[in-house]
Amino acid sequence: MFLRMLRGALLRQRSRRLMIIATVALGASVATSMLSVMFSVGDKINQELKAYGANIVVRPQGAAVVQDIYDVDGGDDIQQSYLDEADVPRIKTIFWTYNIVDFAPLLTAQGDVSTAGGTTEDVTVVGTWFNRHLDLADGESVDTGLVNMRGWWTIDGAWPDQEATDQAVVGVTFAQDNGLGIGDPFTLTRDGVTEQMTVSGIVTTGEDVDNQVLTNIAATQDLIAVPDAVGEVEVSALTTPDNDLARKAAKNPASLSVAERETWYCTAYVSSIAYQIEEVIPDSTARAVRQVSESEGTILEKTQLLMVLVTVLSMAGAALAIANLVTANVMERAAQIGLMKAIGARDAAVVGLILTEILIIGLVGGLLGFGVGIGLAQVIGHLVFGSAISILPSVAGIVAALVLLVVLAGSIPAVRFLLRLRPAEVLHGR
Amino acid sequence: MTNTTSDLLRLTDVSKIYGDLHALDHVDLTVRRGEWVSIVGPSGSGKTTMMNIIGCMDQPTEGTVMLDGRDISKFSGFDLTQVRRETIGLIFQQFHLIPHLTALENVMVAQYYHSMPDETEALAALDRVGLAERATHLPSQLSGGEQQRVCVARALINSPKIVLADEPTGNLDEKNERIVLDIFGQLHAEGTTLIVVTHDAWVASKGQREVRLDHGRIVETTVHDDAGAGGDEPAQSNVVMTGGTDQGE
Ligand SMILES: Nc1ncnc2c1ncn2[C@@H]1O[C@H](COP(=O)(O)OP(=O)(O)OP(=O)(O)O)[C@@H](O)[C@H]1O
Ligand SMILES: [Mg+2]
Repeated sequence: MFLRMLRGALLRQRSRRLMIIATVALGASVATSMLSVMFSVGDKINQELKAYGANIVVRPQGAAVVQDIYDVDGGDDIQQSYLDEADVPRIKTIFWTYNIVDFAPLLTAQGDVSTAGGTTEDVTVVGTWFNRHLDLADGESVDTGLVNMRGWWTIDGAWPDQEATDQAVVGVTFAQDNGLGIGDPFTLTRDGVTEQMTVSGIVTTGEDVDNQVLTNIAATQDLIAVPDAVGEVEVSALTTPDNDLARKAAKNPASLSVAERETWYCTAYVSSIAYQIEEVIPDSTARAVRQVSESEGTILEKTQLLMVLVTVLSMAGAALAIANLVTANVMERAAQIGLMKAIGARDAAVVGLILTEILIIGLVGGLLGFGVGIGLAQVIGHLVFGSAISILPSVAGIVAALVLLVVLAGSIPAVRFLLRLRPAEVLHGR
Repeated sequence: MTNTTSDLLRLTDVSKIYGDLHALDHVDLTVRRGEWVSIVGPSGSGKTTMMNIIGCMDQPTEGTVMLDGRDISKFSGFDLTQVRRETIGLIFQQFHLIPHLTALENVMVAQYYHSMPDETEALAALDRVGLAERATHLPSQLSGGEQQRVCVARALINSPKIVLADEPTGNLDEKNERIVLDIFGQLHAEGTTLIVVTHDAWVASKGQREVRLDHGRIVETTVHDDAGAGGDEPAQSNVVMTGGTDQGE
């Protein structure tokens, strides 16, 4: 009979229940999509942020200390030691080679620039790989370079050819100050070395580079007369977020036990990747660039906090709406409920019946919302991250718990009404 | 708990007071087993208030209500529900059927809260009020008279000792009024106690005794000679004044 009463209420008065179903579905779909996006957003944002530069910097052993201490100065560019450009491709031979997204050597020097309009002294000249095709020892090949790692730079004109030592890119401010346009010639001079260059492109970066000159690394090596010299290598790697083990290892890899070391070495922590790079590049020190990974973490946390807030607010909204709808629904049925009490239904029986009814409605709404939410998550994934979002089973569990909570919380006013309702007051219509 | 005295119901000095309004004012009323009592009186005179107290849906402010040998005036809500289940059948002016349940299911709800739903028994009850063919109709598919007959079937289904009807024919046309009263007549013949509130003199005349309320007091009791028999004219009656001329408050 209980079931017949439920069935009657649910099937024969569908339209009355649709609003509640829709409300629950709305809340559940927002929760599902937000939570799904939240849980997979870590990876997505990590990938996104990789586009914003390096997270490991490799320097010569001697220079590392000095540069770490006197980092921000444009003055003396004399570097005592250099890495060998020939060693740079070996980065692609480490255990975590597939986690290395991009890398590029950098060599910085100061030089005088002479144009048709005059001479500017002590201009920073940076040599690098713009776009470099590398054939590796194991037969594989990679295309990498600084351009990949500076996705936000925009260029007017073209990047210099891979082998060209007479082409250069100039920063947009520098070009304006010196009246340089694409195709214009200029000379680079330093300690008696003079190079004839042509502007192949003008780059806009929003950084110091806007005031600098960029060349293929060979041209800068010629300028300082040190063949194959590399000041530092920037590496962009996909990494696993640090845990206690990673932090311990970062301080001192030697402090790990054999088993810990094994785990650490075979996990793509930024510290283990850096360590492996040091292993393959002689006399090098590889450092994680803390600043970048910390801001990554902060952005991630803020994004996730935002999504938690959206979820909480939407669920709270749903609870309020449900409270309204369910109370209205129960009030509308006051006479019916009064009658059930009058013919002998106990409070518990009436509350049980109505709650079961609401829970079934909530279940339908929740399932519907979950389905819609999965779709919504995919839409968000494609719009924002350009890739699919995986739905974790735990999301289903959390959403189910949230829906249950919201539906029960939303039913509290209705239940109070049910308990207070006295049949004598509703059955004799006055 | 069955009591074998001939009085099923005895109200002693019952008052119901709302603020300073005496909806019932020191009422004494005794109803014998198997008796059919009509209650009449102007609007607001306390008829429904009295029915609610007898029907265990409300409690008196003062006085005692003995129903089937028990003083229900001090019962808790839980015990009152139990008495309603076992002893009382209720019929209302506004029918009060559950709109999303069929006629049959509406009758079975009363069985469900009383003991066990029994479809065959419920169908028999509908048959008794002439609605066996309409068992699977929803209330919205039934006429007013048919709905009230479903209510009568629902009130009868658990074989109550007393049926309380508050203006059962107030919303019915003459034809349905007769059908309902015929069923009441049968119930009366079978020994069920009936208390019927009505504004209709003819309906009132069907009772063995007609009790008139005014301002919460019983002001007049009329005993009808040919109680239960058909007939359009009010029957010969024997008037007993109880409240005297003091009807003001
Ligand atoms: N819950 C309540 N609170 C306050 N006053 C009430 C309440 N219930 C009834 N009354 C008052 O008690 C008096 C008797 O009401 P009751 O419903 O018993 O009248 P009645 O005889 O059934 O009238 P009618 O013929 O119109 O149905 C009325 O004046 C009514 O306003
Ligand atoms: Mg009334």
